[in-house]
Amino acid sequence: MKTKLITLIVVQLLGVFLAAAAPLKEGDTFPDLTQFGLEGSVPDIHGKVVLVDFFASWCHPCQESFPVMEELYKQYAGKGLVIIAINLDKNKSDMDDFLKSYPASFVILRDANNKLVSQVKIPTMPSSFLLDRDGKVHAFHRGFKGEETRKQYVKEIEALLK
Amino acid sequence: MKTRPLLLLALIATTSLLAGCVNVQPWERGNLADPTMSETNPLGAMMTEHMWFSREAASGGRGVGGGGCGCN
Repeated sequence: MKTKLITLIVVQLLGVFLAAAAPLKEGDTFPDLTQFGLEGSVPDIHGKVVLVDFFASWCHPCQESFPVMEELYKQYAGKGLVIIAINLDKNKSDMDDFLKSYPASFVILRDANNKLVSQVKIPTMPSSFLLDRDGKVHAFHRGFKGEETRKQYVKEIEALLK
Repeated sequence: MKTRPLLLLALIATTSLLAGCVNVQPWERGNLADPTMSETNPLGAMMTEHMWFSREAASGGRGVGGGGCGCN
């Protein structure tokens, strides 16, 4: 009886901790973007260096990150960099308004049902994953810290594009 | 001996409550991030002030002229 009760308590506690599972780590394979019913056209990223960024219109650091990602895209797209920004707004119109203010020529997808983000479990907004040519997480960026993050992006992207 | 089962039951009840704790995920914080959710938001402050002086019949109580009838 006692053992059963203790087991029950342990199972309950385990459930609480599992609910807060860890996000993807460096070296993990990033999920296949075609499997989540994302709105928009998912590009072929096979053998490419990819920056996957999660953003929303209400997230202020995302407003700072977009011009930087646009600059990086213009600089490195010809060398094989793909940037995919995944929107998490509830309403598509909010995303459209955001993109009017912060135009982007890189790929924009929308995870309307939060299926992808629920699997990736990002810890903050924005979050971005830099993937190597094998589709594995090379670097994870928690938030966007202006010039500091831009410099890290440049260093990591250049190292992967070599 | 009777206290042990009671203690275990209390532990189960407590952990059951813990299971009900849910974190708002970072990507679900759109409403919380809205400027009107801020305590210092001018619109929110104006509405709070309006409710306060209407309820208290204290129009003008903050240095603005008025009858204090609470009728607006």
